[in-house]
Amino acid sequence: MSEKTLSEITYRIRRFNPERDSTPHWEEYRIPYSAGMTVLDGLWRIKETHAPDLAWRSSCRMGVCGSCGMLVNGKARLACNTQVTELGGGTVVVAPLPNFDIVRDLVPELAPMFDTHRALMPYVIRDDAQEQEHPTGEFWQSAHELEQYLQFSYCIKCGCCMAACPTYATDALYSGPMPLGQAHRYNSDTRDGGFSARKRVLAGEAGPWRCHYAGECSRVCPKGVDPAKAIQLMKRELVLDYLRLHKEHCPAPVAKKPTEGKRRDNIPEAPPPTV
Amino acid sequence: MMRDQKLWTWHLAAGVVILFLLGMHMTVMHLNVTVPLKGLNPAGGHPIDWANVVARGKSAFFMVTYVVLLGAALFHGLYGFRNILFELNPASWLKKAVSMVLLLCGLALFVYGTWAAIAGFSLAKAM
Amino acid sequence: MIESKGHPNRLGLWGWFGGGRWGVERYLYTLHRLTGLGLLTYFLLHILVTSSRALGQASWEWAMGTVSGPLFKFGEYLVFVAFAFHAINGIRLGINELGFGVGPPIEPVYPYRTSLDFQRPLVVGVLLLAAIIVVMGTLNFWVLD
Repeated sequence: MSEKTLSEITYRIRRFNPERDSTPHWEEYRIPYSAGMTVLDGLWRIKETHAPDLAWRSSCRMGVCGSCGMLVNGKARLACNTQVTELGGGTVVVAPLPNFDIVRDLVPELAPMFDTHRALMPYVIRDDAQEQEHPTGEFWQSAHELEQYLQFSYCIKCGCCMAACPTYATDALYSGPMPLGQAHRYNSDTRDGGFSARKRVLAGEAGPWRCHYAGECSRVCPKGVDPAKAIQLMKRELVLDYLRLHKEHCPAPVAKKPTEGKRRDNIPEAPPPTV
Repeated sequence: MMRDQKLWTWHLAAGVVILFLLGMHMTVMHLNVTVPLKGLNPAGGHPIDWANVVARGKSAFFMVTYVVLLGAALFHGLYGFRNILFELNPASWLKKAVSMVLLLCGLALFVYGTWAAIAGFSLAKAM
Repeated sequence: MIESKGHPNRLGLWGWFGGGRWGVERYLYTLHRLTGLGLLTYFLLHILVTSSRALGQASWEWAMGTVSGPLFKFGEYLVFVAFAFHAINGIRLGINELGFGVGPPIEPVYPYRTSLDFQRPLVVGVLLLAAIIVVMGTLNFWVLD
């Protein structure tokens, strides 16, 4: 529907207050439409004029913080990143992200996802702890090596992929697309040497083997991270590892500072290093 | 319990084996008119006619491929089924029980099917 | 098991078979699963029925006679269709799940191009090839045989 013909919009919201309700229920609200209105703007309007107790998470309002993941018209999306007009002009149906327990109204309990994320050690693991704690320089990495994980590093942990995953819909022990995608992000980082440590989880039943490439995680990802791709690439690495064909890369060395050469007069001194 | 990294790799390898052997089996059995392969239904008529079954049964190649297909399909199918059951999030003890039951069923059917393939081969050879 | 901290909201089995507005790969996933279960059921019975061959002609012909008739023939046709889909879609899954055909990691620039878009030609090829095999089987089952 075009913005010109839209004057009012109906929101149908899944409400649940653990202090009052035994099960979630639906409530409808009609609010005036304003040009450029996002689903999140509408929620704020409802809170201001109809339901002051309506609860949800949001922060940045620009698709960066990953707080406002919700099920909007049957699809997991960021409320701040979704224009009301892209939903076809009918009722805006908003529910909390499925596959997570509901804390209240549109607030999902994301703790299990972050627990799994933590278990997969989403950080650079190296033997040289001294260098990591007291760095003497940057780890060397080529532009091509950076490209191998850059896409996956854009993840904002909103949980939309977990809400869309069919396996995670029944299997609480499956790690899920976000933690697995992030494990691959670090496995494919040449500065990292943690493949064997992460494999302790990944080779088991919580690993990528429960992914059957339905692809929904990648379809709903608001940042184009493509967790399904990361998971399939990770499976290849793990199969190669089982066949003893996996190439262990030595974690990237510290880049040596140039010791020779003379600075040109017109180039100013570099700022002091931050690490 | 075997790790999924290993089991899934074998699941995939079994799938490749099945693709060729079951593809051949289906071509012989159900595409016998649209894709007639010479010598596989020598008696003419339907592929499951006894004369054709005996003719194929005399071949050691068929006997071996039946056993390989049996093993690959049992592993591929039962591991896939186990995956589906495990994704229903049963209790840990139930997972162990399911694994054990499927393993025993698979082994029993493999032994029985292998006996049938070898006995069928011996019977056909004797005719 | 992870302890529940709020009102349960897992989609459950609805998450496998429906539950939203999905893409073609999601439906192929469901169909792959259903055809796999169907093929396994048939296969286990098939082992028992065809092993009658080992006991001689009378046993074989009795077993084949038991599973003849239009209903069994239609069931066998469904098994063939399930095989055609499961086998050919399985090739796609084998390729994709080993990280081939899903494209390299790329800079996510809006509108995003995901691995699903990279492998979509494979989906089309798979469906076409499965359809050709089904047509050949249909002719064999119902017209030429």
